[in-house]
Amino acid sequence: MKIKERTYLLDRLWELQNARGYLGDADILQAAAEFGISPVDVEGVTGFYHFFHRQPTGKYTIYLNNSILSWFHGFDRVKAAFEKETGAAIGGTDPTGTFGFFETSCIGLSDREPAALINFHPFTKLTPQKVKRIINGLKDGKSPAELADTVEEKVQYKPEEDKTILLRDFEPGKAIEKLKEYSPDQVVDMIKEAGLSGRGGAFFPTGMKWEFARKAKGTVKYIVCNADEGEPGTFKDRALLNLLPGLLIEGMIVAGYAVGATEGIIYLRAEYTWLLPKLNAALQDYRQKGYLGQSIKGLGKYKFDIRVQLGAGAYICGEETALLESLEGKRGEPRLKNVFPTDKGFLGKPTVINNVETFCAAARIIELGVEKFKGLGTEKSTGTKLLSIAGDCKRPGLYEIEWGIRLGELLDLCGAEDTKYIQMSGPSGELISVEERERVISLEDIRCGGSVMIFNKQRDLFTILQNFSRFFTYESCGLCTPCRAGNPQLLHMIERMMQGKAAPGDVEKALQWSAIVKHNSRCGLGQTAPNSLEQAIQKFPHLFKKKLVRDDNFNREFSLEKATEAYNILTHGKG
Amino acid sequence: MAKGKKEVTIILDGKSIKCREGENLLKVAQANEVFIPALCYFDHVDPPLGTCRVCTVKVKGKYTAGCQVNAKEGLEVEVMTPELLDHRKAVVEMLFTEGNHICPLCEKSGKCVLQALGYEMGMETPRFPYTFPNRVIDYKPKHIIMENHRCIQCKRCVEDVFTDEGKPVFYFQQRGKETFVAVDYEQEAKLSYEQAHRAMEICPVGTILLKEDTVETPGFRKYDKVPISEKLPEKEAKHQQEISPAEVKKKVVATVSLAGCFGCHMSMLDMDLNLLDLIEVVSFNRSPFTDIKEFTQRCDVGLIEGGCCSDENVEVLRKFRESCDILVSVGACAINGNLPALRNWMPLEQTLREAYLETPTIDTTALIPHHEDLPKILDKVYPCHEVVKIDYFIPGCPPGGDHIYKVVQNLLFGTDFKVPYEEFKYD
Ligand SMILES: Cc1cc2nc3c(=O)[nH]c(=O)nc-3n(C[C@H](O)[C@H](O)[C@H](O)COP(=O)(O)O)c2cc1C
Ligand code: SF4
Ligand code: SF4
Ligand code: SF4
Ligand code: FES
Repeated sequence: MKIKERTYLLDRLWELQNARGYLGDADILQAAAEFGISPVDVEGVTGFYHFFHRQPTGKYTIYLNNSILSWFHGFDRVKAAFEKETGAAIGGTDPTGTFGFFETSCIGLSDREPAALINFHPFTKLTPQKVKRIINGLKDGKSPAELADTVEEKVQYKPEEDKTILLRDFEPGKAIEKLKEYSPDQVVDMIKEAGLSGRGGAFFPTGMKWEFARKAKGTVKYIVCNADEGEPGTFKDRALLNLLPGLLIEGMIVAGYAVGATEGIIYLRAEYTWLLPKLNAALQDYRQKGYLGQSIKGLGKYKFDIRVQLGAGAYICGEETALLESLEGKRGEPRLKNVFPTDKGFLGKPTVINNVETFCAAARIIELGVEKFKGLGTEKSTGTKLLSIAGDCKRPGLYEIEWGIRLGELLDLCGAEDTKYIQMSGPSGELISVEERERVISLEDIRCGGSVMIFNKQRDLFTILQNFSRFFTYESCGLCTPCRAGNPQLLHMIERMMQGKAAPGDVEKALQWSAIVKHNSRCGLGQTAPNSLEQAIQKFPHLFKKKLVRDDNFNREFSLEKATEAYNILTHGKG
Repeated sequence: MAKGKKEVTIILDGKSIKCREGENLLKVAQANEVFIPALCYFDHVDPPLGTCRVCTVKVKGKYTAGCQVNAKEGLEVEVMTPELLDHRKAVVEMLFTEGNHICPLCEKSGKCVLQALGYEMGMETPRFPYTFPNRVIDYKPKHIIMENHRCIQCKRCVEDVFTDEGKPVFYFQQRGKETFVAVDYEQEAKLSYEQAHRAMEICPVGTILLKEDTVETPGFRKYDKVPISEKLPEKEAKHQQEISPAEVKKKVVATVSLAGCFGCHMSMLDMDLNLLDLIEVVSFNRSPFTDIKEFTQRCDVGLIEGGCCSDENVEVLRKFRESCDILVSVGACAINGNLPALRNWMPLEQTLREAYLETPTIDTTALIPHHEDLPKILDKVYPCHEVVKIDYFIPGCPPGGDHIYKVVQNLLFGTDFKVPYEEFKYD
């Protein structure tokens, strides 16, 4: 038997899992044999991704989103409804093995929470009644695909037509037609001059990244699109994939042409499996039109093709080097930062990794010209930015804004009333008070990656912090100590405060521990995980004061009643 | 490795140092007697693993793992600032609370790098609460035992143990705090005795244990006498004052043994002649030494041996907190539960069933003992500071009599003291 290339391990595991509903021992052995690796190695991979299961997950597998927006919009009620209707308690299946019910981190449907995936089809704006209808439908033999909701993208705002970059009318092939006019070096220069910076949240200058890759030695180079969009609250990449898959493809061709790559890979999060048919159709369409494949129309001998790699559930795989590991069929553990992917990336070859929106913007720069793009925005942040706005506002959805908009304007645009907190760029971003309305969305001030979550005065800050901390604890890859062991300690501290068991020194402790996790962690996840806690303490000190109890020499967290409960039950059969 | 490379000057904590270009900072520092702790670093694995993060330094004001830094002209590194010392210590403390580290019964004790770092950093008790995770020991491999309670997920074994055919033996499983190391039994069986021994040696803690190995005698192990930094702290106090009985008012001390073995109390008696001095200046109130069962006056210091395993322990400890100005956790059991806490990662039911209902000697009358006069067993053994506020900690199993004496003397009379390296131990 020919040994398969490890890069296809995730694909194969999906195939095996889809056939049986989970990965049995035989599947693990099978995969190990096919790929010529140890079964323990295979299990190390399956165990890393939370959508791979070693136990049956039912004919219908339900994943209910547990992000903060889901919590605030009815998670508990919907969860109870699913448990009642399916007979499966969360984390397992019902006795007949028909339904499996699990929680999962944000699934990119924040503008319509609570939302769930059933066999990876989207179900949005759930209520107990709706859950009942869905489950009855499934019991009646309807398929999840039939019952699923269509995700219509709501473009709530874009600047006047000639200031809109991404969400303007799209004519397939236009960027590629333009590309003919430029040499690869010129393309790199154009992207540099336009001032485009990475839209995945780190804002690294895209032109510079492409230049590194262009200059890197080697004939095999890769273009990778980061469509992992795992940051809770964001769905702008989903919207682009849903509305403008062609624009993304053209952006990747532009990048490929600029750096001299022949293969492109889109790393699509498994949560967006429902977008896969559309994406594949678009790729097929481009191939048919001669824009992808052995030679690209108008670009001489240049050849380039794109494939899609599905993830399997791990927020950390959005981190570019973890993503590369995952693409190589391994556990998604971030690499060290002493080598850049543009030098040694996918399979050790020079690789450009960009966010979906970054590629789309690059295609528009080629299409519309550098001046157009550069003329918009602020000095450090040119062009426009897509924002996913959700939470307590009248008009949740997709916003294309020109960099430089004030926070206050944005809040007015989306109809946010009674606002108290705004979480910018997701849990790893910045917690902002409504008092900061004058601040500006731009690289000079609030660097927003795309997620905007709005919370009104009724929302409890500690619940928000608890939700975020749980997210990081659960999504930490576990490779380094401060993040793996520190996040659970921060979570514990937040919960201690929520239960009114904190002592006065605890707020200082929380700050100190936050600094320790931030400054000693290996990658961006750990380095940003304590952000919101730190900012909450700095911006809302009075809320923390209220949570404290008097320091009186007794540890409030210890309860003799609770500690003796188990013994009482065992010896007296009562609590 | 860096031989032949050109010489460069770097600045380490303000001091100019010459070294070879590209040389790893950890090695440069070591050669210059600056100690940067490390748990996952190997000089032959390049690039370094960078997983443990106990080596954080600052380069140009930015925090970075020391093992990731290579020497180049003009490099400026901060290592020994109070902030960095504290951060590195905190990461070590996290490791102690993340797993189950019961040093007195650990085969690696005295040779363990994590433990040695605890000593080096003067960790009395971690700042974080213990988590007592439930982990499984794997006895199945041919040569080794995987004592997963102690694994710090440094990844050394995963990256550096191979069979003759070049096959890995260890693999990470799961993710986040659930991450653990699994063994490929088939490959492990192919290791030679020497290779398996090496696997044990590269594990910085006591996770990978060779079945055929023997335990070394305490007092003669690698870090028993010489610290990991190889720098012995000053042995004696600068000026150890004599306390003359005439000058001072007698202080009152209370002691108790909760879930302990009285070993710490034996150690207190081990103060030898010091005890005679002490009796001149202190009197004992509630204590097994006096057999006084209830407090008859307020005490200056309470010495607690043992953690809390029953409601009675909790009540006594609370009484001590109310009656003493200063409380000291004496010994490992008071500090982290220690041996009695071996049951902490199992549900109470499992422990009691195993002990009373499912032993080979039971008959039909077997039951879990309970009576109104019997203390109630807690769901787990609690370190004392998780029940009441504890002011000071004296580690050791048991701590040496001298150590206890010095601390008590300091607390009562403010005398200076220094605990010599050999006296500060967790086992
Ligand atoms: C924990 C973590 C998660 C990330 N998730 C994503 C993601 O989902 N999508 C994304 O584009 N970038 C994500 N990033 C940023 C990527 O590492 C990388 O900077 C980005 O893909 C580069 O593309 P850009 O320059 O076009 O933004 C994440 C970073 C970290 C540290
Ligand atoms: S900070 Fe460390 S544990 Fe956390 S995700 Fe990054 S590498 Fe993994
Ligand atoms: S000696 Fe053993 S128990 Fe103690 S820290 Fe080391 S591995 Fe853990
Ligand atoms: S078993 Fe030992 S060497 Fe392997 S990861 Fe755990 S602590 Fe490190
Ligand atoms: S020694 Fe540097 S991270 Fe472990």
